[in-house]
Order: sequence, then structure tokens, then C-alpha cells
Amino acid sequence: MPAPPLDPVVDEARLQELFDATVAAERRIEPRDWMPEGYRRTLVRQIAQHAHSEIIGMQPEGDWLLRAPSLRRKAVLLAKVQDEAGHGMYLYSAAETLGADRTDLTDRLIDGRQKYSSIFNYPTLTFADVGVIGWLVDGAAICNQVPLCRSSYGPYARAMIRVCKEESFHQRQGYELLLTMMGGTDEQRAMVQDAVDRWWWPSLMMFGPPDTDSPNSAQSMAWGIKRHSNDELRQRFVDMTVPQAEFLGVRLPDPDLALDPETGRHRFGPIDWDELKRVISGDGPCNAERIARRRAARDDNAWALEAASAYAQKHGARS
Amino acid sequence: MSARAGWPLYEVFVRGKRGLNHVHVGSLHAPDDEMAVHAARDVYTRRNEGVSIWVVRADAITASSPDEKDPMFAPSGDKVYRHPTFYDIPADVPHI
Ligand SMILES: [Fe+2]
Ligand SMILES: [Fe+2]
Repeated sequence: MPAPPLDPVVDEARLQELFDATVAAERRIEPRDWMPEGYRRTLVRQIAQHAHSEIIGMQPEGDWLLRAPSLRRKAVLLAKVQDEAGHGMYLYSAAETLGADRTDLTDRLIDGRQKYSSIFNYPTLTFADVGVIGWLVDGAAICNQVPLCRSSYGPYARAMIRVCKEESFHQRQGYELLLTMMGGTDEQRAMVQDAVDRWWWPSLMMFGPPDTDSPNSAQSMAWGIKRHSNDELRQRFVDMTVPQAEFLGVRLPDPDLALDPETGRHRFGPIDWDELKRVISGDGPCNAERIARRRAARDDNAWALEAASAYAQKHGARS
Repeated sequence: MSARAGWPLYEVFVRGKRGLNHVHVGSLHAPDDEMAVHAARDVYTRRNEGVSIWVVRADAITASSPDEKDPMFAPSGDKVYRHPTFYDIPADVPHI
């Protein structure tokens, strides 16, 4: 006779034990498993913030879709921006397995109750920015996301695997774009350097506050929904990027950046954490514009959803 | 409240290529079955990931139990004789 299922009220301690053992054994938690309320809440917040970042992240590059310098660049950029929409969809889908509702999550984004990555609050001033975003911003996203393919929450881990497969195209198209520009005129090379100067520090901020100022990290690590500390991931990104910058022939805007021969890792200068705080709290160059655009997309396109509902009703009634 | 609020949830299954089973890839909301297939194509097969898509309304799925660690599967746990490795065959017997 199989044992009767555990009662969540009566057997909470036993359920917590099973949950802890599953996480400790590197097995995945699946949607219908019992899970601690804090785990569920933290995951919804993390996945929603990630989904919002993908969706808002379409805007800075989307600004160049109609101004791309060739049909080839336009097709590539369109495919990339469409992928970011897809990433948002995978992630909202994962959040819904935890009981969240994606319409509600979008409302929370627009109302400012939920956040998205600070990086997308900077403007894309030239076409070189498109290349630098692919190289640095998608590069930093890859550093963050690869470990999340082993997240303890199954649907999130699986969404991350899909995302990571697609991100490598994003980074490569950006780097190739920059290589092409660096092989062009002095003016084009100057555009690339200018874009690198503007995006380098915000890219480092993408990994979040320093470990000394990241109060929830320890719990997230214990739950297996964060795999490495912010500073460790940031360091990996710097070590990966420096040789790529050298190959490209651009200067990273940090006089303190130097290889430490003892550790084989790069030391780098202090990050302006006040800037990160300002941008996160809504005071970046493009925060208002990004949210206004997302709000307009929701409101101005509502008619299309209504039309689809009406179509479904009419055809459903007939069959 | 948005028009989409009442759209049902569909689970999406993709057959990667001929000879493979359909595999669950995720979910989406759509107003009807047909639009669910179209949306699934855009969201889950932008790079030829599939040759066939199934969409199934999530509320039409009957699952084994509320818990993935299901006692329903316990009875098969002790039937090791259902696996070929249960049987000791001398190493010099060919093709078995
Ligand atoms: Fe993405
Ligand atoms: Fe990307």
C-alpha cells in the first residue's frame, strides 16, 4: 500500500525535510512540490524581474531597427530583439508555474512595483551601441545566466537552458559588428570606443551590489536559486572580457584595470554604487521613457487582444 | 482588466524531429486552440526546433497526484526484475 500523501498543515516539518534533501542532492523542485513560502516568493520576484528585463531590454536596441545601416544588420537585429521577447515569454511562463499571473506581473512592472535590470535605462546613441550591447550586456547576461541553468527550480532552469542557447548568437553578432566597425574609418573606430566608454561601468553594475551589501544572497545560495556571488560573477566577466577588448583594439575605461600575476585575475577600479542606486530607484537617463513605452504597448495594443478574443468566441460558437 | 485575462493556459509540446516523441517545452496563453499553435510556433520554434507542435489546454490534463514525489510510482520501485540489468548473464554469451 502506498503511503497517503503528506498533509501540508500537519506535516510541514517533514515536507521541509524532503524539500531540503531534494535541494541538497541537486535534484530539481517541480511546480507541484511543496516548497517554503519564502522560496516561492523569492523565485517569483527573481523570475519576474528577469522576464521584465528581457522585455524592456528590447527597447534600447529596438530604437535602431529602422536605422540599421544595411538589410543584413537589420535582419540580425530584428532576430535578436525578437529572441528577447521570446526570453521574456519563457520566463513569464516559468513564473506562472509558481502561481503568478503574467498580466498582473506586467501591471506591476508598469506601476513600478517590480524592477528590471538597471542597464536598460541607458540610451543607445549610435549604431556602435548595438554592437557593444551584444558584446558586453549580453556577455554579462550570459555570465549571470549560465549558472542559473542549474537553478533548483526546474521550470526556471529549463527556461534558462533555452535562453542561454540563444544568447551566444546575441553576443557573437555584437562582437562581429564591432570587429567590422573597427576595420572601418577612424570615425567608426571612435564611435566604438565612445560606446565602450559609456557601457563598460553600467555592464559591471549588472551583477548587482557588492557581496558586502547583498543581504539576501546567502539564503538564495542555500536555496540553489543563486549559484555564485555577485562579485565572483563580476570578476569572471572582467577576466573574460579583457582579452576580447584587446583583440578588438578598444580601451576599457578604467586606469586601475590590471592583471594580477599572482592570481591570474584582473584587478579593477571602484564602481560608482551611488549611480547604480540612483538608476535602480528610477533616476537613470531613460527610466521614465522605458516604462512609458511599455505602458503604451499594453494600452495601445489592447484592441488586438480584444479582437483575438472576439474571433475566438465567434469561431468557438460555430464549431 | 485586460482582454487576455480570461485566455486559457496551454501547455506546449514539440517534436524535435521525426522519430522523437513530443516533449513539453513550456506554456502560453491564447484565446483558442488555433491561435495557441501559431503563438507556440513563434515562441518555441524560432530556430527549427521542431517538426510538429501539440498544444493542450492545461485544464484538460489529468495528473497523477499533487506531488511529483508520488507514492503512485512506489509500486514500480521494488520491481527491479523489470530491468535487464537484474539478470546475471555470463560475459561470454554473445549478443545479449
Ligand atoms: Fe535575453
Ligand atoms: Fe540577449
